[in-house]
Amino acid sequence: MDGIHDMGGTHGFGPVPYTENDPPYHDDWEPRVFGMVIAATLPERMNLDYSRHSLERIPPDVYLSSSYFERWMYGAIMRQVEAGQLTMEELATGRSNQAPAPSNEAVPPEAIDPYRFAPFRQEIEAQPNFNVGDTVLTGNPQTSGHTRLPRYARNKHGVIHLHHGAHVLPDTNAHGGGDCPTHLYTVKFSAQELWGPDASPVDHMFVDVWECHLESTR
Amino acid sequence: MTDDHSASFDQHDEFAHLPSDPALRAKTLESLLVDKGLLKQETLDAVIERFETEVGPHNGARVVARAWTDPDYHRRLLDNATQAVDEMGLLGQQATDIVAVENSESVHNIVVCTLCSCYPWSLLGLPPAWYKSYPYRARVVREPRAVLSEFGVELNDSTEVRVWDSTAEVRYLVIPQRPAGTDALTEDKLAELVTRDSMIGAAKL
Repeated sequence: MDGIHDMGGTHGFGPVPYTENDPPYHDDWEPRVFGMVIAATLPERMNLDYSRHSLERIPPDVYLSSSYFERWMYGAIMRQVEAGQLTMEELATGRSNQAPAPSNEAVPPEAIDPYRFAPFRQEIEAQPNFNVGDTVLTGNPQTSGHTRLPRYARNKHGVIHLHHGAHVLPDTNAHGGGDCPTHLYTVKFSAQELWGPDASPVDHMFVDVWECHLESTR
Repeated sequence: MTDDHSASFDQHDEFAHLPSDPALRAKTLESLLVDKGLLKQETLDAVIERFETEVGPHNGARVVARAWTDPDYHRRLLDNATQAVDEMGLLGQQATDIVAVENSESVHNIVVCTLCSCYPWSLLGLPPAWYKSYPYRARVVREPRAVLSEFGVELNDSTEVRVWDSTAEVRYLVIPQRPAGTDALTEDKLAELVTRDSMIGAAKL
């Protein structure tokens, strides 16, 4: 989707708020939200792509005025509500509409699996269409759904820099359309191809792009 | 697309009825999840604890220090970082496929995720606020030299800047240049010199 989340190249944001040794959290509730997202029972359709897409669907004005962990919280709320596990009314009142449930089925500490969304990389029979060094043109997907090809890298000429084997395809996986493992490449773009003749002639940007968004220009 | 859910949250007012204070909103969400049997408090505490102790930039620093001191490991890391990081037992959440990119006099690498804030958790911990900020996500792909200059990293015009946008489940680890005058240091001592920001490419050592 052409959403507010797709920020690469956007003008007007001002200086980066850089501080050395900046800590990961800035408020006491932030680690609680982080932990909740990792530790709670996953909605049935949960996967990383659906999760990222839920953050992208936060309305643009709310997205821009929220901190990172506030957005995580909105995403978690959306996913729990869409799974039918929680209602907006319960969140507004703070009271559960159900009798308290036993927590026996919630994930115990020892079952937190660092690989639980993996494997992203899968073996497929189809041979890759591209070799390292091939010149390619990126696609221009027009979808209200999830895709990981940023606007700034669409319809641009680049060169295949790395091949990563086949990875789960976010465009389908976010929407319950299957994991459709597809060859994934790192594509190298010149700064001038992306940003015009005033950009540095020696700099490059690298973007990971799935094969279905690449055309050969041989 | 087979969907489904995009209609559920089209309305701006969906969020308007939630407690406006994020701390209260978080507390409400946590207690509802616990009441509904969807969350165990001890699991939540264990996750927080794990990310405060086990997971952090000290892991990435060990990889860099080994690459600086062991030429075979250095080669393996550049050839296949996923395997080389796995050798050290450091693959994990948000870091299952790794590519290592090395800074030198002629190349400076810097990593971003313009679409969200993807970051190699098991190697570097959770990302700093500036990495997740809108200005960083917006600007570092368009004007990396200006951003680096704000960070205090000045580069010659002839030094190639390489910006890596983490748009898939591949995570990029920058191997900073080893500081001069560190020849006598052990691998452990070298690891202490490697900062988180240098492994993102936002700082030199």
